[in-house]
Amino acid sequence: MSAPSGGGASRDGYGAALLEMLDDDKVVVLEADLGKSTKSCLFRAEKPSHTVSLGIAEQNMMLVAAGMATSGYVPFASTFAIFSERGFEQVRNGIARPNIVVHLCGSHGGIHTGTDGSSAQSIEDLAIYRTLPNMTVIHPCDDISARELTLQLRNHDSPSYMRTARNKVPRAYSEDDIQKLQIGKGVVHREGDDVAILACGVMLNEAMNAHTELEQAGIHATVVDMHTIKPLDTKLIDDLTRKCGAFVTAEDHSVIGGLAGAVSEHVVANQPVPVEMIGVQDRFGESGGSDELLQIMGLKSSDIVDAVKRVIARK
Amino acid sequence: MERGMGFNVTELEAMAKRCRRNIVKMVYNAGAGHPGGSLSAIDMLVGLYGHRLRVDTDSPKASDRDRFIMSKGHASPGVYAVLHERGFLTESDLDTFRKLGGSCQGHVDMKWCPGVDFSAGSLGMGLSFGIGCGLAATLDSSERTAWVMLGDGELQEGQIWEGVMAAVHHEIGNVKVIVDRNGIQNDDFCDHQMRMFDVSEKFSSFGWSVMEIDGHNMEEVVNAIDWADQVTDGPACIVMHTVKGKGVSFMENNPKFHGAAPSEEQFQLAMEELA
Ligand SMILES: Cc1ncc(C[n+]2csc(CCOP(=O)(O)OP(=O)(O)O)c2C)c(N)n1
Ligand SMILES: [Mg+2]
Repeated sequence: MSAPSGGGASRDGYGAALLEMLDDDKVVVLEADLGKSTKSCLFRAEKPSHTVSLGIAEQNMMLVAAGMATSGYVPFASTFAIFSERGFEQVRNGIARPNIVVHLCGSHGGIHTGTDGSSAQSIEDLAIYRTLPNMTVIHPCDDISARELTLQLRNHDSPSYMRTARNKVPRAYSEDDIQKLQIGKGVVHREGDDVAILACGVMLNEAMNAHTELEQAGIHATVVDMHTIKPLDTKLIDDLTRKCGAFVTAEDHSVIGGLAGAVSEHVVANQPVPVEMIGVQDRFGESGGSDELLQIMGLKSSDIVDAVKRVIARK
Repeated sequence: MERGMGFNVTELEAMAKRCRRNIVKMVYNAGAGHPGGSLSAIDMLVGLYGHRLRVDTDSPKASDRDRFIMSKGHASPGVYAVLHERGFLTESDLDTFRKLGGSCQGHVDMKWCPGVDFSAGSLGMGLSFGIGCGLAATLDSSERTAWVMLGDGELQEGQIWEGVMAAVHHEIGNVKVIVDRNGIQNDDFCDHQMRMFDVSEKFSSFGWSVMEIDGHNMEEVVNAIDWADQVTDGPACIVMHTVKGKGVSFMENNPKFHGAAPSEEQFQLAMEELA
C-alpha cells in the first residue's frame, strides 16, 4: 500500500460521508448539541429538513432514532463517545435488543482527545458496545476510512456504534485503496512473520511507526488495521495465529474489554498464542496534549516495540 | 469557618473584574477552554465565594463546609479564578490550566483541585449530587448548604428534572440552584437547539421557590443569595439572566466563544477592555 501524505481526523470522514448521502431522503441525522464537534453540522447546513436537533439530551436521542428507524429511515445519530454512554441502557434495551438499525457515532474517543481531561475521554466505549448482541462496532483510523465505512453503514442490516477521533493523524489510506475497506474485515498494511500487530484508530499510526523501528532491529511484523472490533475478523486472526504465532493489540482505549479483549477471547478459545496489549491501563485519563498523554499512558510506538519484544520472547 | 470574605458590593465588583482577566488569560494560555460560560457566571461565583460560602482554605475538605457544585464543569476557568481569589489556588496553579499534571484540569475535578467539591464535565449530574449533599447535611443536623450552578443548555438533560422533582418531594431546604440563563449552548443559541421557554415557570410548577435576577448586577446577585438562604422549607432556584462572554465585546452573546480561545490580537483587546 502506498504511503499517503497529509493527515485526517476520522470525525471529518464521518461528516464527509453524511454529505455524500444528501440525496438519499431516507437518511436522517440526529444531534445532541455537539454537531460542530462530531461534524454532523455539515449535513445540517445542507439539509436541515432531515436533521433533528435534540439538545443536550442523549437518552432521548437514542429512542427518537429508533422510532424513525422503524418507520423506514436510516438514522445517523452522533455525540461525543463519552456522552453516548449516557444513553447506554437506551441503546441496549431500545436499539440493540429489538435489533433496530440505528447508526450511532461517538466522536472524540480515547485519551487522544487531550486537554478537556478525563470527563471527555472515553476509554471504555468499544468494550461496552461490544457486549451488546446485534451491535457492529467500528473504529476507523483516519478520515478516508471513516468516510468509506460510514457509507457502507447506509446499507448495513444491524445497529452500529462507530467511534471517531478528534485529532488529525497521518493517513493510512488514499482514495485509491478504499476498496480494501469492508466492515468486518481487517486490512493488512504490512506483512511479516514474527508477530502480528493489530491496531485500531489513532494507534494504527503508532503501529506503523513501530513497524519501521522493528525492521531496523530485524523483526518482521504484520500490521493490521482492525477497524471493525465486532464482528471480529476471526479468519484473519486464525491465519495470523498460524503465520506469526504472537499478537500485540494497540488501541487508544482501556486494555480491558476492547480490541485486546476481543482478540484475546478469540485466541484463547481457539489456538492459544501469546498476546500483549497496548492500551490505557486500568486508570482514567487527565488533561494534557494528545502526544503527551499517549506517552504517559504507554501508547507510543516505542511501547509497541517493547511489547513486540516481550511477546516474541513468550512464543 | 468564615462566611464569604467580608467584601461589600464595590469590592465584589473589583474581584469580578480580576477574575474576568484571569479567565481570559487561562483560556488564552491553554489555547483552549470555555470563556463564554465562565464570564457569564463569574459575577455570581464572586457573590457566592466573596459574600456567602463558608469554606476553609486550610482544610478544603472540612466536613462542615458549604458545598459548591459547578455542574456545568466546562466553566472551570471561572471556578479556578474565584478559588484563586479565595486562596485555594496560587497564580502559578492557574497556569496549569489544561496542562499535564495540573490542578486546573480542563473540567473541574475534585480529585485534582483543592476547593472543588464535584468532578464535573458531563452535564446534568450536579443537581442530583447537590441533593445528596443536602440530605446528608440534614442527617448530620448540620447547617451546611449546597449551591449548584446549572447551565441553561444543561437543563435539557432529563436527569435535571429527576432532581428537580426529588428536591421537592424530599422538601430539601438546604439546596440552592442557580441557572445561568445566557441563552447559548455549544453549537448555537438555545432557541435553535432546544427551546426551553420559561425556565422560572418550569421550576415553580414543580414546587420550587424561584427568583429572577440580572446576573451581572452585583447588588441583585448578593440580594438573591440572601433570599435563597431564607428559603428553608424547600428548594430555591435563582434564574439569573446573563450575557455569555460578558465583559469582552467580541465574546458577548457570541456562540463561537462557548469553547474557543482568543487569538493573540483578540487577547490584547480583551485585556484592554478588562483593564
Ligand atoms: C452529557 C453531556 N453532553 C454534552 C456535553 C458537551 N457540552 C459541553 S458544554 C455544552 C453546552 C452547555 O451549554 P450550557 O449548559 O448552556 O452552558 P453555558 O452556556 O453556561 O456555557 C455541551 C453540549 C457535555 N459536557 N455533557
Ligand atoms: Mg448557556
